[in-house]
Amino acid sequence: MASGHGRTDLTSVLDGAGGGPRLPKAPTGVRGLDEITGGGLPRGRSTLVTGGTGSGKTLLGLQFLVAGARDEGEPGVLVTFEESAEKVSANVASLGFDLDALQRDRLLVVHAFHIDPAEIVESGEFDFEPLFALLDDTIERIGAKRVVFDTVDVLFGAFPSQAIVRAELSRLFRWLEDRAVTGVVTGERGENGLTRHGIEEYVSDCVIVLDHRMHEEISTRRLRVVKYRGSVHGTNEYPFLISEHGFVVLPITSISLDYDAPEERLPTGVTRLDHMLAGGLFRGSTVLVSGMAGTGKSTLGAHLIDAACARGEKALLVLYEESPEQINRNMRSVGLDLGRWVEAGLLRMWAARPTAFGLEAQLAILARLIEEFGPAVAVLDGIASLMHGPTGLEVTSMLARQFDLLKAAGVTTMATTLTHQDESSTVAVSSLVDTWLLLRNVESDGERNRLLSVLKSRGSAHSNQAREFVLTDRGAELVDVYVGPAGVVTGSARLVREAQERGAERRRGEELMRRRRDLRRGIVEAEARLTVLQDDLAAERAELERIEMREQRQVADDEADRSALAAQRWADPASYGEGERP
Amino acid sequence: MTGPHSAETGAGAAAPSAETWELRLYVTGRSPKSVRAIENLQLACEQYLPGQYRIEIVDLLQNPRLAADDQILAVPTLVRKLPPPIRKIVGDLSDTDRLLVGLQLRPRKGART
Repeated sequence: MASGHGRTDLTSVLDGAGGGPRLPKAPTGVRGLDEITGGGLPRGRSTLVTGGTGSGKTLLGLQFLVAGARDEGEPGVLVTFEESAEKVSANVASLGFDLDALQRDRLLVVHAFHIDPAEIVESGEFDFEPLFALLDDTIERIGAKRVVFDTVDVLFGAFPSQAIVRAELSRLFRWLEDRAVTGVVTGERGENGLTRHGIEEYVSDCVIVLDHRMHEEISTRRLRVVKYRGSVHGTNEYPFLISEHGFVVLPITSISLDYDAPEERLPTGVTRLDHMLAGGLFRGSTVLVSGMAGTGKSTLGAHLIDAACARGEKALLVLYEESPEQINRNMRSVGLDLGRWVEAGLLRMWAARPTAFGLEAQLAILARLIEEFGPAVAVLDGIASLMHGPTGLEVTSMLARQFDLLKAAGVTTMATTLTHQDESSTVAVSSLVDTWLLLRNVESDGERNRLLSVLKSRGSAHSNQAREFVLTDRGAELVDVYVGPAGVVTGSARLVREAQERGAERRRGEELMRRRRDLRRGIVEAEARLTVLQDDLAAERAELERIEMREQRQVADDEADRSALAAQRWADPASYGEGERP
Repeated sequence: MTGPHSAETGAGAAAPSAETWELRLYVTGRSPKSVRAIENLQLACEQYLPGQYRIEIVDLLQNPRLAADDQILAVPTLVRKLPPPIRKIVGDLSDTDRLLVGLQLRPRKGART
């Protein structure tokens, strides 16, 4: 519900900023915040930034000043009650803010007041006229348009007479408004109100609350615009991060489902896996590889990266469990040299320890990496370690946002996760992905072997068969498994079965040959016998003919003899004689 | 304005512990609080530090940047420069008791000296 809301809010901010009399705004230099507020802080008014210790109030104020001085042509004044000017400069130098240079260029003036309450005794009425005079002088001198007070709570601690401090601060903010100076006032978060000393009563045009939560040792920073008079604004809590580039706010709270759905197939780097997936992964799709420890999940990810880089595409590898050095070494052992892609500038590795950054911060870093680096392929290795800390729901929502972010950028993503015996932990995440590959360990005959199967692949035909996943020194290969009466057979057992099969095959061949030989011999024998018989037959036929011929000749001879005899006797013709004979 | 308002040194007292108190009062122009503070300070000094003090009055309107250099946020502010340690008393000094506590001319009630 909340997520759907966020998108609507954000759109309405942008729409609202377009129509109607537009409130002039001062960009903060924090892009996400400018998006949420529809352009920045109210120009010529004061904004209260409140939050606990270490929530980033000071930094936000400083970034506002630096952005003004550097990018907007608006010089600024920092009045700090907390630290010395040198300390402020040193603190933000690591974020790339060169306050000294800005001060030399008369774009920034830092006034640091150190007030030691123990040193001060109050006797009668007073006012902050020196501060007004100093500001007046400075604003005049450098043409300042922005002023930041950090943090005014110190004043309440320094001067016993709270009523006077209150009245003077109130006067100060009106005074700034009269001079059309945009102010930022930081204040400590209070137990009951927004601030400990109720400053929100005086600075009421815009109030931003920063929150720094620790949940199971994972820190999460959030920003919320509580109030923005005269302007529509996003009301959700937005994750933010203090990065080496300063303050980064990420105005993403929703999972939108309007992505392009390219038909293009992306090779995974493992040929037979592409075959199982009917040609590879869809470009821009999300793949989950789940499996138990040591099933080769990372290797599969490394293959995808290797293949992408070999095509000249950029790849991003986010490591949640290992260091870049570790993965480099491990992948070299299976013949994948990721280091050369890093050197070629095609691969960016980022080791993101969840406990070091917090979920929201990771999201923000990821967003920046995608934007800056523009990878075609991303591998999130070991997302399971995210589940160590926060509740499942938070992790799922964070992963959903990560996938959302990557998908919106058209990045083909492979996330690998560790599963234990039950697969339920991955189920929540699996609905977010397009393809789910499962790597299993099959233990038999005292060895473990890996099996890969495609659990699902949206919008694509895919093989329903398991393949044995073999890690060789040339990378991962998929091998057909032997499916026998006892189930799937892998590894050495597979080799044994294969040898057995080869033996049986050989024996069958030999048997066949023998039978053929026997039969052939039989045929030859039968043919020989047949020849003999045919000879006999011919001989007997000849004999028969001879006998018959002889008989006929005998008959003819007898006839001739008889005729000759009859003629000799002057006998009647045969018919006569014969009739006479009986 | 910035000229020291030195009163005559208390030669009559001639106490061995006697030392000159160097006091500086920051004000902003002739604002009512500033004027009151000057008057209150002079009265108190005459009463409690006769001939033992020197007052310097600094107008921050004349030189606003001095506020940053001298770390003066509120006026009137009275700074006890000598004797050490430095003490600061903020306000128009209308509360004499608080002024004396601030200057450590009189020990705080129940507090250590």
